[in-house]
Amino acid sequence: MAAETHPGTPEPNHARRFTALWVISSLIATPLVIFLLGPSLPPGNGSEQASGHVTDNTVLLAMATPVLLLVVIYLIYASIFFRQPKGGVLEGPAVRGDSRVQTAWVVITSVLVLSLAAYGTVRLLADNGAGSGSGPKPLTVPKGPKLPVQVIAQQWAFTYRYPTYGGVETTHLELPDNEMVELHVTSIDVIHSFWAYKLGVKADANPGVDNIAFVKPTHEQSFEVRCSELCGIWHGYMFDKGHVVSPAAFETWIHEQQTKFAPATKVLPPYSKTYSPEPTRRAE
Amino acid sequence: MGGFPGCLWRHRLASSGEQVEWGAQLSTLAKKVLGVGSAVVVLGVLIGLYVASWATSQPNTIVASAAPPPSGGTQLTLETVAAIGPKYEPSHPDWVSYLVRKDNKWIHSTIYSVPANSVVHVTLYQYDGDSGLRNPFLSQVQGTVGETETVDGKTINSIPPEEASHTFVIPQLGVFVPLPGVPEEAKNQCEFAPCEGAAHRTITFSFRTGKKGRYRWQCFVPCAAGYIDGFGGPMQTLGYMDGFINVV
Amino acid sequence: MSTTAAAASTPQPIGRPLWRKLIGFNLLTAVILGVGGYYLGWFIGHQISGKSFEFQTATDENDVALLLAYFFGVVGFLIGLGFANYPVSRLLGKPASLREKEEQGIGRYFGLCTDHKVVGIQYLVGIGLFFFIGGLNAMLIRTELLHPVPTFVGPNQYLSLVGMHGTMMMGMMTSGILGPFANYFVPIMIGARRMAFPRIEALTFWLLMAAGFILVSTIFFGGFPTGWTGYEPLNDQAVMGMDSYICFFALVGLSMCLLGLNMMATIITMRAPGLTWSRLPIFVWSVFATSVLMVLAAPMLIATLLMAALDRTISTSFFVAGGGGSSYLFENLFWFFGHPEVYILALPGFGIVLELLPVFTRKPLWGYRLAVSGMLGVSLLSFFVWQHHLFVSGINADLRPFYMLSTEIISVPTGFIFLCFMGTMWKSRTSFTVPMLFCVAWAFNFLLGGLSGVFLSDSPSDTDTHGSFFVMAHFHYTIMGGLIFTFFAGIYYWVPKMTGLRFNERLSKIHFWSMFVAFNSTFLPLFVLGMEGMPRRVSTYSPSLQALNVWVSISAFVLGLSMLVFLVNAVYSLIFVRLRAESNPWRSKSLEWQVPTPVPVNNFEQIPVFDSDPYDYGTPLTVGGAPATAGA
Repeated sequence: MAAETHPGTPEPNHARRFTALWVISSLIATPLVIFLLGPSLPPGNGSEQASGHVTDNTVLLAMATPVLLLVVIYLIYASIFFRQPKGGVLEGPAVRGDSRVQTAWVVITSVLVLSLAAYGTVRLLADNGAGSGSGPKPLTVPKGPKLPVQVIAQQWAFTYRYPTYGGVETTHLELPDNEMVELHVTSIDVIHSFWAYKLGVKADANPGVDNIAFVKPTHEQSFEVRCSELCGIWHGYMFDKGHVVSPAAFETWIHEQQTKFAPATKVLPPYSKTYSPEPTRRAE
Repeated sequence: MGGFPGCLWRHRLASSGEQVEWGAQLSTLAKKVLGVGSAVVVLGVLIGLYVASWATSQPNTIVASAAPPPSGGTQLTLETVAAIGPKYEPSHPDWVSYLVRKDNKWIHSTIYSVPANSVVHVTLYQYDGDSGLRNPFLSQVQGTVGETETVDGKTINSIPPEEASHTFVIPQLGVFVPLPGVPEEAKNQCEFAPCEGAAHRTITFSFRTGKKGRYRWQCFVPCAAGYIDGFGGPMQTLGYMDGFINVV
Repeated sequence: MSTTAAAASTPQPIGRPLWRKLIGFNLLTAVILGVGGYYLGWFIGHQISGKSFEFQTATDENDVALLLAYFFGVVGFLIGLGFANYPVSRLLGKPASLREKEEQGIGRYFGLCTDHKVVGIQYLVGIGLFFFIGGLNAMLIRTELLHPVPTFVGPNQYLSLVGMHGTMMMGMMTSGILGPFANYFVPIMIGARRMAFPRIEALTFWLLMAAGFILVSTIFFGGFPTGWTGYEPLNDQAVMGMDSYICFFALVGLSMCLLGLNMMATIITMRAPGLTWSRLPIFVWSVFATSVLMVLAAPMLIATLLMAALDRTISTSFFVAGGGGSSYLFENLFWFFGHPEVYILALPGFGIVLELLPVFTRKPLWGYRLAVSGMLGVSLLSFFVWQHHLFVSGINADLRPFYMLSTEIISVPTGFIFLCFMGTMWKSRTSFTVPMLFCVAWAFNFLLGGLSGVFLSDSPSDTDTHGSFFVMAHFHYTIMGGLIFTFFAGIYYWVPKMTGLRFNERLSKIHFWSMFVAFNSTFLPLFVLGMEGMPRRVSTYSPSLQALNVWVSISAFVLGLSMLVFLVNAVYSLIFVRLRAESNPWRSKSLEWQVPTPVPVNNFEQIPVFDSDPYDYGTPLTVGGAPATAGA
C-alpha cells in the first residue's frame, strides 16, 4: 500500500478483483467439469463399480477445479500486476502475515480435506471396497447371491477357476451380465495385480493371500485384463481379453469349458483359497 | 549455435574489466576444468555407447524354414537342454535353455520369425528331465492343430503334470504345449548342449499363426534351478526359456 | 599404515615429489584400493559360499561373492581416500591429521576434503553426473515406448533401465538439495564456521559416489527387474544385478542417515548468537525437517535391504511365503521408508522456494510460523500414510479409511506452503529472474502433483489409478516438478555465490522455458494414459495408445534437450566466458550473500550476531536490519 508504482494512478483493489476473477471462473468451470467432462471420465460404465468410480472422479475433479483455478489465476494475476518495473529497485509492503487469512485458510482446507476423507470412506464401505482388493475378510460384503471366481496369477499369465462349476480352470475370464461376482485373487509365485480396467476392478495377487474384490458388470462387453504390478520379464505381456455375456450364454460357455478342460480338471488340486505348489522355495 | 561466437566476443568485452581480478588464476583453472571436462565427455560418450549396445542387444532372429512339401507352412526345429554348456554361454554354463536348428547347426536363440496366417510345424527334441508344473492346468495341450501333440510318435492331449519338463506357450496365440521330460532312469543323459545322440523325447505339433505381431513365448515349468519358485535366471532372461515369435 | 598416516599429518603437500603425491590419499589410490577390495571380496565370497550353498553354484551366480566384493570395494575406496587416517592416527596416539582441510587448489575437489564449501560443490557436480545418467535411462525408456511392442531394447534391459532410472533418481536425488546447497549454505546461514561433523560430511558424499557406480555396474550382472521398489519375492528371484540395487540403496540409506544426523547436530548446536529458532532462515528449517525424516526413515531401509540380502544369499525366508515369510512384510517395511522418502525429496524444495521468494518479491516471508509448522507437519504426518501405497493389495483392508484420512490431511500442511507462497507474492514487486521463474513453475507443478494425489489418496478412485501411468505422472509432477525445478532454482540462485560466476541470462531463460513446456507436455498426457488403462513399467501397450505415447516420447526428448541447454549454458558461462557475478546480484539480505566471494575457508573472521531473521525486506525500509557480519 505504501509502495506506489505510479504516484498518479491509484492502486486498484487487488483483493476484490482477484476474488471476483476466481469466483466467476470457478462458477463457470466447475459445472462444465461436472456436466461436460464428468460423464466421459474413465473408467466408463462397464460395471456398477466402474460407474461409481466415474462419480468419484467427477466429485474429486469438481473439488479440485476451484483449487486449481485459485492458484493458477493467482500466479497469472501476480505475474501481471505484481511486477518489479524493469531495472527497478522498489520494495514491496513489509507485511509478515495476516492471522485472519491464515486461520480461514487452515479452517477451510481442513474442512475440505475432512469432508473428502469422509466421502471416500462412505463410498468405499457403501460399495463393498469399490472394486478394489479388500483382503481375505472384507469389512462389508454385498447381499444376495454371488458368483465366486478365482483369479490365479502366475508368471506370466492369469488363469481363472470357477469353484461352483466343479472347480474348472480356464485360460480366459468370462462373466455373466448383471450378477455380483466375488473375485478371489491369489498368486502362486510373486506379486501380481489383477486389473480389469473397464470393470473398475483392481486387486493385488500376493502369494498365500486370498484377496477378495466384488464387481457387478452392467452390460455385455469385452474387456482387457492386465497385470499392474511389476512381476518380471513378461509383466507388460501379461494381458488377456475377458468377456461379459448374458447369463444363458455364460452357462453354455462354462459347460463347454468343463468338457474341454476335463483332462486338466482331473489333475488339478482341490479348490482352495490359496495354493503353495512345489517348489515352495528354491528349485532344485 | 550460429549466434554464439558473436555473443562470446561481446561478453568478453563487457566483462574484460572485471576479469582482471581473477584472470590469471582462473584461466589455468579453466584449462584444467576443460581438460578434465573433455576427458569426462569422451568417457561419457564411450559409456553411453556401451550402455546403448547393452540395452539393445538381443539374440538373433531365426527365420523359420519352409516345411517339406506335403505339409506346407514353415518348420521350426527346437531342442531343450538342461544346461547350455560353456561352448554357448561361458558365463552361465549351467542354465537351462532352448536352442533352435538353422542350416544344420544348433543356435542359441529364442526369437523366431514365422509368416502370418500360416501353419508352423514344430519338431522339438526334449533332452531335459522332468520338474513338474506349478499350475497343473497347463498340462493340457491347447491351441495346436487338433488340440494335440505327438510324443515319440504317440498322439496325446495332456501329460501328467509332474512329468512336465518345459512348456512351449504363446499365450496371445492361445498355444499351450506341455513337454514331458526324459525319464530319470534313462541312460546316456545329456550334459551340455548340443545334445545330439543323448537320451531324448521327440515331440511334434503344429499351430496356426494369426495376425502380424510380435508375440512372446515362454516356459511355465519351474525349471530354473536355485531360484525362488524356479522362475529366476534363465526363466527371466531372453534367449533361454523366453522368446519372441515375430509373425510377419 | 602408521608411516603413511604420519606422512599425511605433515601439512606440506606442495613440496612432495610427484610419485609421492600419487600414492598419497587421493582418488587414484581410492580407485586402486577399491578395485583391490572388490576382487578380495569376490575371492572370499567364492571360497566361503561356492561349496556351502548349493543354490549359489546351481544358478551360476554367487550373490555372497558380489555383495562381499561391493562391501570390500567400498571399504577399500574409503581407505584409499583417507577416511581411515584420522581414526588410525588417533588410535596410535599420534596427532590428528588436518591435511584434509588445508590443501588448496583444484585437487581438493577430487579427494577427501572436510571444507563444507568444497563438499557442496563436489555434491553439485557428483549428483549432477548421476542425474544425467538417470535422465539418459529415461530417454532410452521413452525411445522404446515409441512402439507398442518391445523392439528397440530387450525386455530384460527395459526393466533394468526402468529400475536404474527410478533407483538412481530416488536414491541420488534424496541429497539433491541437501547435498550441494545445505552443505554449502547451512553453516554460513546459521553463522557457523563448519558443519558439526566435517569428516562425516565428506563421508556422506563419497559413500554416495561409490553407491552410484555400484548401481550402474548392475548392467554387468544382468540388471534387475523390480523397479525402484524392489518388491519381494521378485527381488529374491532376480539375478545378481539385484545385489547392485541392494548395495546401492543401503549405501544411500547410510549416507542419508549420516547427512541428516550431521545437519540436525549442526542446526541444533552451532547457530550463532541471536539466531533463535524463530529467526532461522526457512531453508534451514526445511533442511531440519528433512533431516529428521532422513534419520528416522533411512535405518528402516537399510534393515529391509539387509533382510532382502539375507534372503538372497543364505536363503532365509523373511519375504518368501513358502518359507513362512510374507511378501506383505517387504511392502510394509519398504513403504514405511518409502513414503517419508518422497517427502525427503519434496521438503527441501519447499525450503528453497520460500527462501528465494522474499528476495525476488522484495517482501518479508509471509506467514513464517505457518510455513515452519507446514514443514514440520508434513514430516510428522509422512510416517502415518505408508499403506496408501497398498490400497488394492488386500493388506489391512479395514484400515483404508484411516490411511485415506491421514493421506488427505497431509494436504493441509502442504497447503500452508502454498498460502505462504501466495501471501508473499501478494502486492509484491517481483522480479521474474530465472530462479524466480523456477519457483513459480514449482507452484504450478506441485499444485498439479498435489491435486492428482487427491485421486490417488481416495481409496475408491485409487482402484483405477493405482500402479498405472497416472501414478507415474503424479510423482513426476511432485518430484521432478517439485525437486528438480527447485534444484535448478537453487543452481541459478546460488552458483554465483559458490563460484563467483554467473550464467548467461538468455540461455538460462531458454533452458527454463524449454524445460517447463517440455516437462508439462511430457507428463500431462501421462495422466490421460494412466486413466486410459496403461500400467506402469510395461514396454507393451495397447496400439490405440500409440499416438499419445509418441507425443510423450517426443516431448521427453525435448525435455532431455533442455537439460543439454543447461549443460551448454554451464560450460559456456562458467568455463569459456566466465561471466563475473556481482557480489550480491539479487540484493539478498541473507547472510550467505554478505560474506566475501569466494567464501573464506573459515567463513567468518568473527562469528556474527543476529538481531532479526533474513527477511527484512519491504517498506518501511529498515536499513541495517540484516545481521551484522564482522569482516564482511
